[in-house]
Amino acid sequence: MAKFMLILHDDPSTYRDVTPAQMQEILQQYLAWTERITKEGRLVHCEKLRDEGGRRIRKQGAGLVVVDGPYAEAKEVVGGYYMIEAKGYADAVEVAKTCPHAHLGGTIDVREVDELTGS
Amino acid sequence: MNADVPELVADLFRHESGRILGALVRLLGTKNLALAEDAVQEALARALRTWPFHGVPDRPAAWLHRVARNHALDETRKARRVLPTADQDALADAGPPAEPDPDRVADDALRLLFLCSHPALPLEARVAFTLKSACGFGVPEIARAFLVAEPTVAQRLVRVKRFVAEHSVRFEVPSGAELVPRLDAVLLVLYAMFNAGYTAHEGEALVRFDVLHEAIRLGEEITRSPALARPKVHALLALFCLQAARWPARSDDAGDLLTLEEQDRRLWDGAAIARGFWHLERAGHGDEITSWHLEAAIASCHARAATFAATDWSTILGLYDRLLARWPSSIVALNRAVALAHVAGPEAGLAACDEIAGVPELQSYALWHAVRAELRIRLGLRDAAAADLRGAMALPCSAPERAFLAKKLARLEAVP
Repeated sequence: MAKFMLILHDDPSTYRDVTPAQMQEILQQYLAWTERITKEGRLVHCEKLRDEGGRRIRKQGAGLVVVDGPYAEAKEVVGGYYMIEAKGYADAVEVAKTCPHAHLGGTIDVREVDELTGS
Repeated sequence: MNADVPELVADLFRHESGRILGALVRLLGTKNLALAEDAVQEALARALRTWPFHGVPDRPAAWLHRVARNHALDETRKARRVLPTADQDALADAGPPAEPDPDRVADDALRLLFLCSHPALPLEARVAFTLKSACGFGVPEIARAFLVAEPTVAQRLVRVKRFVAEHSVRFEVPSGAELVPRLDAVLLVLYAMFNAGYTAHEGEALVRFDVLHEAIRLGEEITRSPALARPKVHALLALFCLQAARWPARSDDAGDLLTLEEQDRRLWDGAAIARGFWHLERAGHGDEITSWHLEAAIASCHARAATFAATDWSTILGLYDRLLARWPSSIVALNRAVALAHVAGPEAGLAACDEIAGVPELQSYALWHAVRAELRIRLGLRDAAAADLRGAMALPCSAPERAFLAKKLARLEAVP
């Protein structure tokens, strides 16, 4: 088994016009998914990232500049990530496809963790 | 759903959004209603984007209240909004989240209900505003419940919000001399809400059933306040419960409407009937008799009858007579004619129908023609009955009503 990171991008304003009942329904779908991958022993860990207060650091001239965001202006942000175990990319992608996230208009990046086995 | 999934209380989001809105409007003032609404929406969206990762927090309601309040506070600071001075302290005090105080939450809910029912607003707008603000329905759900276009619903809500913001409507439960008329305004909104959900045969049944339950829930909320728990509130609730009890039996598997006579009474909701009689008993504790008392009493006669044949029509007729004497309306007169036909025969019923034939609104009311048709069938006047049914079908009525009339006509024409 290898580790894969599912990086969830979404637009925080997606739910601006969604009704409370619809939001609860969507939440239940997410909870069911997290519960399922937990029970299957696939979930290593997961975190939600804050939408606000991000910083980007890069070199400018001789020094470093720290700028806010990029989230302040960006439409899509990395909302959070799930570290899972999977047999390979095909398996990891299958797991990601069962997550409600992409079905609801978000984007999921699937990346394998490089374990530096020295090969 | 998987039993291991942390199941949220059904309608948590819908109900909490009404409660949080009430709390925020108390803090921010009615001028900031739109800001309060945004904060509620933001809190729910944030829960939706956060809870999947580590599950539902131990006290989800408190979590939502805190996030909404903090969001409102941030927005207020950003906009340097001027708040009513007394509320500055309350906002600055947005300290550690406490479990929302149940008493305060109930107070806020009632205040919101009184705000939504402001008599200066058109009734249909008040109903939409109540469903949106106090019950957490969205525009699409309100539109689906009553088969109104979404932009129409949205427009009604915008008008209400503008009115509330411009007139700095007070956010409080009135007291003293003001209380009675304002309570009546609230009850009228609940009555309109219930009837719209119950009788609008179009629209989506599931949503309409939620509307009925919200009317009952808000009514029961009112009865928890000693100052407001008047007998007439119980009368209204008795009417609601006894009518809602029949909901499961009102249509067959194909969705076709069933008359009281055709309904399988075993499907009536016994718990709702019991609740209805409990309220009816409390409704009798005062001197005031409202139209809701009489309507509830009529509903109780039907609830008491184990079979359609066992219905106590003479008591029902007496109640309709009283209703008609004090609150005359052509619809009540038509219902009285039906009761009269059961007591004194179809000829008497038909005569009563003819007496009110001059009322223009009845001529264009499909049910009036349908009642006449039914009475004429009983008298063997089949051709005249068929003509009545055709007349009824030519008038505006909902699809299920039309199907009901067509079925009746087909049955009539099939028999040689």
